[in-house]
Amino acid sequence: MHADRPPRPDQVYLFGTCLIDLFVPQAGVDAVRLLEREGLTVHFPRAQTCCGQPAFTSGNPDEARRVAAAQIALFDQPWPIVVPSGSCAGMMRHHWPTLFDDDPKMQARARDVAGRVYELAGFLVDVLHVDYSAASAEPVTVGLHTSCSARREMGTRAHGVQLLSALPGVTLDTHANESECCGFGGVFSLKHADISGAIVHDKVASLSAVCERFVTADCGCMLNISHAAEHQGRALRGEHLATFLLRRLEGQA
Amino acid sequence: MSAQPMHFVSPAQFRDRVSEALADDGLRDNFRSAMNFLRDKRASQFPDPVETEALRDLGEAVRKHALAHLPALLEKLETNLQARGVEVHWAETPGEACAIIHRIATEAGATRVIKGKSMVSEEVELNHYLEARGVECLESDMGEYIVQLAGERPSHIVMPAIHKTKQDIARLFEQKIPDAGYTEDVDALIRTGREVLRERFMQADIGISGVNFAIAETGTLWLVENEGNGRLSTTVPDIHIAMMGIEKVVDTLEHAMPLASLLPRSATGQAATTYFNLITGPRRPGDQDGPRRMHLVLLDNGRTQAYADAQLRATLQCIRCGACMNHCPVYARVGGHAYGTTYPGPIGQILSPHLLGLDDSRDLPTASSLCGACAEVCPVRIPIPSLLMRLRTEANRAPGAAVAQPLAGQGASFSVGQKLVWRFWSGIYASPGRYRLLRWAATRFRWLAPRRQMGWTQHRTPLRPAARSLHDLMKARGQPR
Repeated sequence: MHADRPPRPDQVYLFGTCLIDLFVPQAGVDAVRLLEREGLTVHFPRAQTCCGQPAFTSGNPDEARRVAAAQIALFDQPWPIVVPSGSCAGMMRHHWPTLFDDDPKMQARARDVAGRVYELAGFLVDVLHVDYSAASAEPVTVGLHTSCSARREMGTRAHGVQLLSALPGVTLDTHANESECCGFGGVFSLKHADISGAIVHDKVASLSAVCERFVTADCGCMLNISHAAEHQGRALRGEHLATFLLRRLEGQA
Repeated sequence: MSAQPMHFVSPAQFRDRVSEALADDGLRDNFRSAMNFLRDKRASQFPDPVETEALRDLGEAVRKHALAHLPALLEKLETNLQARGVEVHWAETPGEACAIIHRIATEAGATRVIKGKSMVSEEVELNHYLEARGVECLESDMGEYIVQLAGERPSHIVMPAIHKTKQDIARLFEQKIPDAGYTEDVDALIRTGREVLRERFMQADIGISGVNFAIAETGTLWLVENEGNGRLSTTVPDIHIAMMGIEKVVDTLEHAMPLASLLPRSATGQAATTYFNLITGPRRPGDQDGPRRMHLVLLDNGRTQAYADAQLRATLQCIRCGACMNHCPVYARVGGHAYGTTYPGPIGQILSPHLLGLDDSRDLPTASSLCGACAEVCPVRIPIPSLLMRLRTEANRAPGAAVAQPLAGQGASFSVGQKLVWRFWSGIYASPGRYRLLRWAATRFRWLAPRRQMGWTQHRTPLRPAARSLHDLMKARGQPR
């Protein structure tokens, strides 16, 4: 959260993230449409790829730096950069500057970019002050999974709750051990597949106990939980927050 | 539940033990409910976030101050302890620490040791060492006693027997303690244990304890505990030997105060422990009780390696409350024994590489989703996820690469193949052109996505790229650049 909230901008960048790009592109489009319906022009630099997080968290900072440096060069206008993912936003805001401790010039640029990074839910609430009271009133019950980065690095759990709670007709059910990780952790889910599997197993069970559909602003968690549920033959499926919000705003269930 | 040997097993077999632990539903249920209980208890002690954060700031500052002045504070501590008649010993390795204590026992003709809780004594495997040399060691902390009786080792640094149900303990006591019948009444079980122990306090030649905070200014050793066994161990026998890692020193009594508040609240969710023992020297003339001789053994065992690195030094801020393990989703699933280290859970994952070297502990720093729950509750704000990532980096570094402060076992996880994979990865993602090609191929040939995708598909259905990427959709939409 930001003490100094910037004035409402009329132009923003979208950083789509690599997972959304290849696996859940609709979430990216829906994020753009949510921003556009608030009257903003959304810029999508074509050369964007990935925030570098997979290399960074697995202990390969040189490779992360290389990828991050290529992204930092893309955001030369002083517009906010909206990211529909808590963990990518956390990487960009908090870790990009640390990658350039040995390069003051690059670090200054990284800091400038990092300071303009917003997680989508945080941006909608804190900067745009969106009003969703006219959305569909059709009753639906959903769960909310907040990624660990959104919760602890970006501090936007409350924003997700606020957005969903403001929607008419939407009942938000809290699941057991709600604040616990879903077990994704990027490379962790491949490297320690059994531990990751045990954690997501419990997350699927606790979410399934309260809902069939859950909403999250992180596609890593969403894919992890949904594909684990499918593997177990459970009905539980996730949806990106942007997609859910937009659908409700368009009057659908 | 498989019995764990009393000495520590190699963390190198971490993966095997993880599989074993995950297959044990009873163990997972035990840990799940125990961790939830401890999380709730801790939360109840920190109802006011403003006070909590202010106190954590203070705790962190005190520990950082102590570490910034570590050599001077240790000398000050030694001087002030000696002035009060405490003999101070320095041990670089576990073997040295054990030999010092064995020598003290031999010189005193001591054969019976009663122990208060000390994780440093676990770290050096003191019981093992002394018993092999004819000195009997009995653990007097109830949890430690249970674990010792079962021939196991602690699965948690604050609650050593947390992996055991009351039924496990009832069976154990019935089996091992003469005349103890089977009962699941917890109070009765504790009474049984205490009766055995009470006798042994009186017979012991030496009492061994740990130290929570060592106050340099006054030469005071501060011990927190709930059972009174710490007080008995340090006052009844003629000789008291305290053991601590070199990082446990703080400057003044005033500096210890926020830590003394943070520790019980974070560890067991208590406002204060039942006993605070502030020990300043052996029995003085005219004193009614207390040991006639007192020793302090200060252990390094790899801590100076962490100390030497500006970032990794934060590891030594730890006050051993165990909140990180109580809140860790990995620890809650695999339990403490799976780690194979004295200190399990997040703190063990960042500390063990210094104690054991990265060769033996290389899988520990990777066994985390970096969720950050540990750092969120750490009373002294150790940035555990950042330290885990740093240790991953050091394990991946080429073994011969020249760095200012190489860690023991640098490059333990290094492989040319892996390095090439990441080079290749960054080569794609740092280049818009190559990434465009990847995107094109991934979406065009999405039906070729393999059914088995490394660890992912062990517990999940396979991932398949979308038919059109976000880049494609943005282009089709005419999105401004």
